[in-house]
Order: sequence, then structure tokens, then C-alpha cells
Amino acid sequence: MGTTASQLAKDSLSEYQELTFLTKQEILLAHRRFTELLDRDERNHPNPRVPMEVILTLPELKSNPFKTRICQVFSTSEDKDGSLTFEDFLDLLSAFSDSATLEIKSHYAFRIFDFDDDGTLDYGDLEKLVNCLTGETEDTRLTSEEMRQLISNILDESDIDKDGTVNLSEFQHVISRSPDFVSSFKIVL
Amino acid sequence: MEDDSVFAIGGSGRITSNPLLDQLPSYQSLLYRRKSSSVKSRGSLKGRLSVSGRLNTVNRLEERQKSQMEQRAVSELPFPMAEKRRHKDQRMEERKDLSSCRQWREGASRYMKRLMDDAHSFLSSMKLWRSDIHQIEGMFGTGILSYFSFLRFLVALNLIIFLVMFCFVMLPMILDPTPRNVINNQHQGNVCRTHPRTTRRILKNYHEHIVDLLSGDGILERTYLLYGFYTKDEIHFPKVIYKLPLAYLLATLGYLLLSLLWIVKRSAAGFKRHLIKDEDRFQSFCNKIFAGWDFCITSESAAKQKRNSLLYELKTDLEDERIKQKMADRTTKDKCRIYLLRVILNMFVMGVLAACFFSIYVATTFSQNVENRKNKVNFIVDLIYEYLPSIVITMANFVTPLLFSVIINYEDYSPAFEIRFTLMRCVFMRLASITVLLYSLWSQIDECREDPCSNPKLCQCWETRVGQEMYKLTIFDFIIILAVTIFVEFPRKMLVKFCDCRLAKMWGLQEFSIPQNVLEILYGQTICWIGTFYCPMLPAICTIKYFCIFYIKKLSLIKNCRPATRPFRASSSNFFFLGVLLIGLILACFPISISVAQIKSSQACGPFSKYNTSWEALPAAVEALPQSARNVIYFLASETFAVSFFVVTCLAMFYVIALAGAHKKVINQLREKLVMEGQDKRFLIQKLCQAQSVPVAKSAPQLHSPSRQSPSYHTSFSSNFNEAVVLAHSPPNSSTHV
Repeated sequence: MGTTASQLAKDSLSEYQELTFLTKQEILLAHRRFTELLDRDERNHPNPRVPMEVILTLPELKSNPFKTRICQVFSTSEDKDGSLTFEDFLDLLSAFSDSATLEIKSHYAFRIFDFDDDGTLDYGDLEKLVNCLTGETEDTRLTSEEMRQLISNILDESDIDKDGTVNLSEFQHVISRSPDFVSSFKIVL
Repeated sequence: MEDDSVFAIGGSGRITSNPLLDQLPSYQSLLYRRKSSSVKSRGSLKGRLSVSGRLNTVNRLEERQKSQMEQRAVSELPFPMAEKRRHKDQRMEERKDLSSCRQWREGASRYMKRLMDDAHSFLSSMKLWRSDIHQIEGMFGTGILSYFSFLRFLVALNLIIFLVMFCFVMLPMILDPTPRNVINNQHQGNVCRTHPRTTRRILKNYHEHIVDLLSGDGILERTYLLYGFYTKDEIHFPKVIYKLPLAYLLATLGYLLLSLLWIVKRSAAGFKRHLIKDEDRFQSFCNKIFAGWDFCITSESAAKQKRNSLLYELKTDLEDERIKQKMADRTTKDKCRIYLLRVILNMFVMGVLAACFFSIYVATTFSQNVENRKNKVNFIVDLIYEYLPSIVITMANFVTPLLFSVIINYEDYSPAFEIRFTLMRCVFMRLASITVLLYSLWSQIDECREDPCSNPKLCQCWETRVGQEMYKLTIFDFIIILAVTIFVEFPRKMLVKFCDCRLAKMWGLQEFSIPQNVLEILYGQTICWIGTFYCPMLPAICTIKYFCIFYIKKLSLIKNCRPATRPFRASSSNFFFLGVLLIGLILACFPISISVAQIKSSQACGPFSKYNTSWEALPAAVEALPQSARNVIYFLASETFAVSFFVVTCLAMFYVIALAGAHKKVINQLREKLVMEGQDKRFLIQKLCQAQSVPVAKSAPQLHSPSRQSPSYHTSFSSNFNEAVVLAHSPPNSSTHV
């Protein structure tokens, strides 16, 4: 059940309202922005899939250091190439919307930060995470000594069972105590 | 072969499949969260169980989690859209089996929910400045955004306060069928010989009009602006007698209480999270890393700026830790030297503060007494005399933060503490300057009691004079903010942009310093709270003032400023804003309560002219009530009730504290248990892998290179351990060990 050319059917609109956290206006706006990304011939396709490079031209994602990870996490394509259908796009916006619950946001945040997709955040994941946040160039990174100190502090605070990695429950626990998370984990079109 | 790793993997499938480890309940629970609850995959799950058959615990786990999931709304499930749809269809199927009554109820509740969502989205689209705030958020992130949403909150608060005063005080006066002739009353109670007021002349100078407008004098004294106009004891409407003094008093108490409740409600969420676990530092590393990036930033330059500030913040925090370590290693001689230095510098700071307060006192007394001088020199000099207290306060508030930030460098605190301490000093300075101003006014009013003719204008109607003073402070504050933006920040930007000299480059653009801006706002709001009792239209003036300040600050931010190097986080910003606002409100309550309860109200003007003090309006009204109501109120005010209420509150407080202590102990015990269980599990996994010796040994090297091909989650345990090391040591002391 995809979207027809330029109109969003009324019953699919109410279905999307029920299945996501978005309001009617937000869904319509998302539909408009998504169709703008499509080529002319793709618009008549029943369920068009937009490649990752085109999605990353959206201004909301362009400057985000996690843009590739976001596309990969929400993509349902078989080739795992980060391409998104309209429903994937809605899932993305729903998880990042204002009314999404903390649990949903922390679940997807965990998946985004898990760079190697192994189900836990280990030293390598955390190191990549910090480097994404501070910048990729040589002079904007922390020294290895500082990185070690930082990651050991993070693990001190979040690793409850002391196994050297942060799993989903520990992550959700530490996020529930983080006051900034809800306001910063937000994308509004 | 079904993909049963928890998250989609990028490379080839699983490398090791350890059927025994796959039965671990914790692994099964993660699997279950990933897959949908359709019968198909449940069947496949059962099929994957090993030769040893189903474990009953696994079944029970499945049942419990299925029921948990059913209770959550479909939108809250962390699955892609297709699976959510399947889940929803399945639930619809199950619902068809229910009775039609329940079906109808479910349908109705869903319809209501949709209606509420629509109403909610409609209301939020009506919010003030939504697009402006969205733009600022995209350009600067959530830290600076919190300042602007704070401004929006203050506009709403002041508007509501004005509505309260308008409905209960101004509207009855406007609708009064028999308005009192105010001009005749000016000479009532005037026992001193005063010269004919220059304001009574018919034709006034253009200059004098401007002075009057800016100082709340002259014609403005006889308008709704000031306390002195409301000289009415009772307003006789056709059917009811409206007691103005009582309404005035109750409206004042009402707006103070309303502000308190609204601020507490707004800060409740922030406080709750802060108080849950007080061991954590408020801005912990996890908060900075996991919640560090503002996903709402849309501009490239803002993203670059955010990265720089995050880097700076992290480096400073890490250095903080190292400095703390160094501080712990200080020798006694060093400590003595540093403490002595701190004592000297603090005394210097107090000396500076005392000098500022004394100059404010002198300026206020001079400004009040200048009315007695007969010769009006020049209208500009007049204006300066009127505004002298405001000018002195503003200058003191401008100079002292610079002084504090210089002094703190010598006091050798950790960087985070330095910032907080300087901020505390600035807050103290701002609020104390208001206190000194009010104290000097109070001492003037006290003089009136002994000698009513020393300062006739003040003594006749001191409330109006205080109201005028607050009005002048508000106007001057607004003018200063406007002037600083236009005459300081804008030229600075021009200088930096067009002048190539090194000095300009070093000076750089203005930093948008959130703490200083918030203190300005706090100062203005405290003045508003104190002044509303004496000048009922002040909240409306403040609303307009904050409305204009929003646009001025927004323009200044976009055009002239760069964000601060050390950013203020959104959450701690909210905590800080509402905390200082609360302090300001409590401070504002003191002068009002002293003047209402202690100081004798003027006889010549105002609603309380018939009473001794303003508070007496309330007991007088209580006397007029019927006997039963009077008895209830007397009982509530009696000592028996107060003491028993106090005792009950103390008991409740002790109970809650004891409960919290017990919970904390339990949490610590559970944490220790969790660590121990984790160690147990790792040990057992090691032993298991050992026991399955040959197949595991072959794939052991691959286990240690996790990267793309790392399979399921439990092998990350084994990859963290050097098996040889574990074998060499005895097993850890576990709680299951007898």
C-alpha cells in the first residue's frame, strides 16, 4: 500500500495517523517533501524508493553527522543501501517527532549509534560516535589519551553490569536520566 | 536459514551458531523485541530450539511480553511500518471475537483520541512565534533556543497578570457609574504649605510633557497607571456593592500565587529528573555524548559551530577532572596560601558591593529630594535627576560582572565552579541592588512619619511615588537594552567586518551570552512583580516590552552575534532560568508584604485611605461575613490549627524521607547484584565455550575481530576476554557460591 502519484488517499492518511506519532499536517507536509525528491517518471511508481544520496540532500539531514546511519537504520530495503520508501520516511519522522515516546527515541538512538550493528555499544562504537560529534578532521579530534579517559568515564556512568559494553537496557536507563535527550533528538520539517 | 541476530547485519550471516547459548532467556527477549508477534515467526522460534526441547521459562517469557506489547499502542512499537500494519491487523482480528459492545467502545475511544490529537495540533500551531523559534533552533541549536522560549513564557505570564489586575481592579473603576472627581481630592490631607504645582498650568511646555511621560509624573498621576487614581472605597453598581480595597488586595495576592504555581509547574519536569538520582552530576558525560547533538540544526555553519563547542566542552570537562586530581594533591602550605588569597579577594568583592549599594542609596535619596528644589534647570538635567537611581543601578550591574570575571581568575577554582560562582555573584548583585533601592525608599517613607512636610510629594501619596519609581526603572531598562543593541553591538559588527586591524580581529564579534541576558530579564520581571501593586498597568507595559525585546534580540543574534564558546545546555538552562525566576519572585514578595502589613497607607489617595494599613481591608471584610463563615476563618487562623497542621506536615515529610532512603538502599543492592550476575554469566559462558572445545577454538580467532561480521550479541562477552587469563584464575566469588 504505497502512495499514488500526487495525492495521499484519505484512508491511508488516517492509517498513517494511527501507526505513527505524526499529525495530519505533518504527514501531508512529509508527502509533499518526499514527492519533491522524486523524478518525474518515479512519481507514477506505486511505491517509489529514493536512494540515500537523494535523501541526504534534505536540509534537515544535510548537516547531520549521523545522516548515513539514520538512513541505514530506517531503510527496509533488501540491499541495505539506505534507500527509503515513503513509509520508511514516515517512520523516520515519527521517531524524531515531538510526540514520540522516550522509549521509541532511545531505541532508535541506540540503533543509530551502533555503528557495527552488533547489538551493543562497545569501545569502537563509542569512539566512532565521539569522532562524529567532534568532527572528522585531524585537528578536531580528541587525542587518544583523552578519548580513553572519556570512554572510560562514559562506561563508568552507563555500564551497569560492567561488561565493557552498553547494551540496549543500559542505554535506555541512562537516557531516561538524561535531561537533554528529548529536546535534542528531534527533527521537524 | 532465518536471520535471528538481533539487528540487521551487513555482511555474511552468522559465523558461529551456538545452539545452547541461543536459549539464553536474555537473548530470547532481545530476539522477541525485534520480531513481530505474528504466529508465523513464533512457530519458527519454537522450531529453532535445540535438541533438549522447549524450556518452560522461554514460553512464559513469550506470553508475558506478548501481553505487554498488546497494551502499548501500535504507534509505539519500534518496528518498520509494514510490521506495525501487520500487528494492527492482527489485533483487529482478535478484536472481532469480542462482543459488539466492546468493539463499539474501542472504536469510540480511538475516535476520541484522534479528535484530541487534532485539537492538540491546532492549539500548538497557534503558539506565538512558532516559525521564528523554529528558525533560531535550526541556526543555533537548543541552548540558545531555551532563552527565547523563556521570553515567550514571560510574555504569557505578564499578560495573564495584567488580565487579573484588569478584571478585578481596573474594569470596575472603568464601569463605575459614579466616578469620583479626582482633582478635588489632591488637596485633602494636605497640611503643609506647598507651592502651586507647576503641573496645574494649562499650557505646558513640550519638554515637560516628555519628562512627565518618561517619569510617570504630572498627567499620568491622574490616570489608571498609578495607585493614587484608585481612590474609591466602594463602587456602587445597580445590584451589588463592589469593595475595591478588598479586590485590590486579593488581586495582588492572586497574581503572586499564580506566578508561583505556574513557575513551579513549568519547572516540575526538570526538577523530577534532577532529584531522582542525585549522585550524578547534572551535566554528565553520557548526557553530553548521547544527547549531545541537536538533530534540529539545519545550517552548515551552525553544525560546524556545534561541533567546535562540543569539542571545547569535552576538552574542558576532561581537563576539569585532571585539575580536580591535581587539587587533591595540594600541600598544606599551598592550601593556606590559596585560602588566604580567596578571603582577601572576597573581602574586596564585598567592599565593591558595599560601595555600589551606598551609591544607589545616595542616588535614590537625592532623586526623591530634588523635587523640593524650586528652580528647574533644564529638562535634560531634570530627566537625569529623575532617572538617577536607574542610571546608577545599570552602571553598577554593568561594571560588576566584568570585575567578578577578572577576580575569579585569581581564586584558583575548577573551571566549571568558576562559571557557576561568577553567575551566583551576578545574580546576587542584581537582586541586592533592587533591595537597596527599596530600602532607601522605605527610609524616606519612614521620615515622613516624623516630619510630614519634609518631602510633601512623597509623604502625601508614597505609593504613587514608589509606583513611579518602578515605572521609571522599567522604561529605562528597555531603553538601555535598545541602546546597547543599536549603539554598541551594531557598530562592533561593522568594525569587525570592515576594519582590518588586529585589535578588531582580536576583539571579535559580540558573544550571545545567555546568562547575562537572562539576568537582565530577571531584573525586569522582579521589578514588574514588585511594581504591579503600585502601578497596576505595569504588567501590560512589561508584556509590550518583552514582545519588542524578542524581536530586538533575535535580530541582534542573527546579525551581530556569534554563539558562546562554552554553550549553555538546554536542560540546565531551563533549570537555571526558572530557579532564578523563583528567587526573584520570593524576593518580590518581601517588599510587598512589608508595605501591605506594616507601612501606614496614605490618607490622601488610593483604595486603602480609610484603613490603617493595607492589610486591614481583609479582616474588615471578614467581619462583614455571616457568623458561620467567620467562625471557620477564625478557626483556620487560630494556633491550634496551625500547630496541628505543622505537626502533620512534619510527619509526612519524615515518612517520605525514610521511604526515599530505603529505596536508595535497595537500588544500590540491586546494582551490586547485577554486576555479580553479569560476572557469573561471563564465567559460565567461558566454561561453556571451553567445554565445546574444538568447534569454538577453530572460530575463536574470528570471534576476536568483531567488525562487520560480528554475529549475535552474546559473543561480545567472550570477545572481551582473554580465555587464557580466565582459565588461569579461580572463578570469581559469586553470590551463588556457597
